[in-house]
Amino acid sequence: MANAATQAPDKDGNTRAGTSANPEEIARFTAMAEEWWSATGKFRPLHQINPVRIAFIKDNVCRHFGLDANADKPFSTLKVLDVGCGGGLLSEPMARLGATMTSIDAGEKNIEIAKIHAAQSDLDIEYLNVLPEDLAAEGHKFDLVLNMEVIEHVADPQLFMAACTSVLNEQGCMVLSTMNRNFKSLLLGKFAAEYVLRWLPVGTHDWKKFLKPSELARLVRPHGLEFTDLKGMVYNPLKDTWALSDRDFDVNYLAFAERA
Amino acid sequence: MGGACGAKELSGVRAMTAKAKRNSQEPWIEVDVLVTGGGLAGGTLSLALAQNGFRVATVDLENPAEWTDRGFDGRASAIALSSQRVLHGVGIWDVIEHETAPIKEIRVADGHSPLYLHYDHAELATPGQAAEPFGFMVENRSIRKALNVLVPKTPNLTYYAPNVMVALERTAEGAFATLKDGTRIKAALVAVCEGRKSPTRDQAGIKITKWDYKQAGIVCTVEHERPHDFCAQEHFLPSGPFAILPLPGTAEKPGCRSSIVWTERADLWPLMMELDDDEFLEELRLRFGDFLGEVQVVGPRFAYPLSLQFAERYTDDRLVLVADSAHGMHPIAGQGLNMGLRDVAALAEVLVDARLAGQDIGSQAALEPYARWRRFDNALMLAVTDALVKLFSNGNEPLQVARDIGMAVVDKLPNVKRFFMRHAMGTVGDLPKLMRGETL
Repeated sequence: MANAATQAPDKDGNTRAGTSANPEEIARFTAMAEEWWSATGKFRPLHQINPVRIAFIKDNVCRHFGLDANADKPFSTLKVLDVGCGGGLLSEPMARLGATMTSIDAGEKNIEIAKIHAAQSDLDIEYLNVLPEDLAAEGHKFDLVLNMEVIEHVADPQLFMAACTSVLNEQGCMVLSTMNRNFKSLLLGKFAAEYVLRWLPVGTHDWKKFLKPSELARLVRPHGLEFTDLKGMVYNPLKDTWALSDRDFDVNYLAFAERA
Repeated sequence: MGGACGAKELSGVRAMTAKAKRNSQEPWIEVDVLVTGGGLAGGTLSLALAQNGFRVATVDLENPAEWTDRGFDGRASAIALSSQRVLHGVGIWDVIEHETAPIKEIRVADGHSPLYLHYDHAELATPGQAAEPFGFMVENRSIRKALNVLVPKTPNLTYYAPNVMVALERTAEGAFATLKDGTRIKAALVAVCEGRKSPTRDQAGIKITKWDYKQAGIVCTVEHERPHDFCAQEHFLPSGPFAILPLPGTAEKPGCRSSIVWTERADLWPLMMELDDDEFLEELRLRFGDFLGEVQVVGPRFAYPLSLQFAERYTDDRLVLVADSAHGMHPIAGQGLNMGLRDVAALAEVLVDARLAGQDIGSQAALEPYARWRRFDNALMLAVTDALVKLFSNGNEPLQVARDIGMAVVDKLPNVKRFFMRHAMGTVGDLPKLMRGETL
């Protein structure tokens, strides 16, 4: 879960990934990449929800663009932006499904980690240590913007959403996910996940920044987008598995937004 | 999956390439899955994966030309109905069907007690539909023979045999295997189907829990005067179960051949194996009885020590354990190969799903659903077979009376009987798609 749009990179690019990084730095980032990508480690919940998120993305994106979900590389015609890509947990599957990926994160370390892992996976992904507003200013356009588990971390959601929507082209669409704000999500999403189950480091989330689905919809509507699909992501503690739900949006949820 | 072995990738394995340069200059052959062990489970897995678009390389110790000799594997396996669907799905069944015998009845008796349990497949028939058999008897070498026919015809699948993997390095980039003849294979995943004694599993540091039953299974084929009518018999004798399993027989004498699985105590089985043919036949007759008329042993006899073993985990980075490498059980319920084929069907399904989700098929995240699915199911079957062995390989008299009465009671309870019969067919539980007769 990346902290996109919370810190601006230096204007002269000093905080950005350089090619002149020293060997010690590379070793440190490689170790961190291992941590990000360990299915049994700190980011286990992210690994677990990944296939569920991708099923939601594939379903909606294939319907939107009329693509064959069973094809070898169904996304081969799409330019995709992953906002707040972290270590690349979502970017890599998207690249394997054929997407031309641009993945950004405000965390410089995350970008370095993601670059190392993509090279190991032999995947061609453009990783940039920039903010969505930087891409907007340069006039970049995408078919699909992935806005996953990031809006609850940003300082100014309205500004952030304006930038994310402005890089969508005419037929573009967006997938969003975040956490609902209610007593149950405080209990499960924040208290249980951070303090009891220790799935996430304490302080990962600020519960006050969680958004109700209606609030999230209100953020995209001024930019001409409407939610056409909404699904909850529910955890089954007995089976230790995650699944999509049509009814339960109380904690984690996913939304698909298209031009109205 | 796996992606092309580009220049960028090779820089990541420089350390290895430098090392390997000294020995050979073989280029890396790139595949999605490397299957180590191309026997019954490994061969079926290789076919299932290749048919679903994965590039597969399979390494096997044995020379395929020698596979079909009678001496190579004298065992026959009971293939449950659900396993038959898997073999049908990959094309093996069409090749071997004429060499199989359906099991239409199962008769279980405790020694020479008059109380017994009798299952008839007709009791599971649904109106308007012919009853399906419980399963089929197949000689293991028939499946091997079918693999010889199918493998060369399957695109995306290459067998390296006789050959053996001599080095394996698993990294974030992939699994890098070197074979004895210098062939080098890069795979996203190594599927270990090496049987119970699996060097790759041991080298990966995956421990197994194991105990010895202090028994061996003596296996041979017999010919008998009268046809078996496709009834499988299991007698529980003091030293362990004695099974008579129907084989198709010859054209002249159809239904007059059976496979024997004779469980014998550790202190006695070596003696039985040393007997000359006449003495061995005499011992066999004592146990077999005379209900099928005169009996003759055809072909060699084999002895396999029996043990239970269970791997502590099924996966590691770019590595997954399948069938006997993951679990070995007593043949009392005839479930060893069936559980192995369940692993095969489940793994093929999990890998197809992982590819559809854009996952790295060698990652533990992608393999976790397989481990979760199969470990529980296999543990359950191991516990059941272990309990059966302890219950029936026992001369304790009160226990003997109790189990005899238990069997006679079950025989009179149609619902309980149907429950056991469906289990024997393997058509219950959370079945993989291939076991339901569906495609992936």
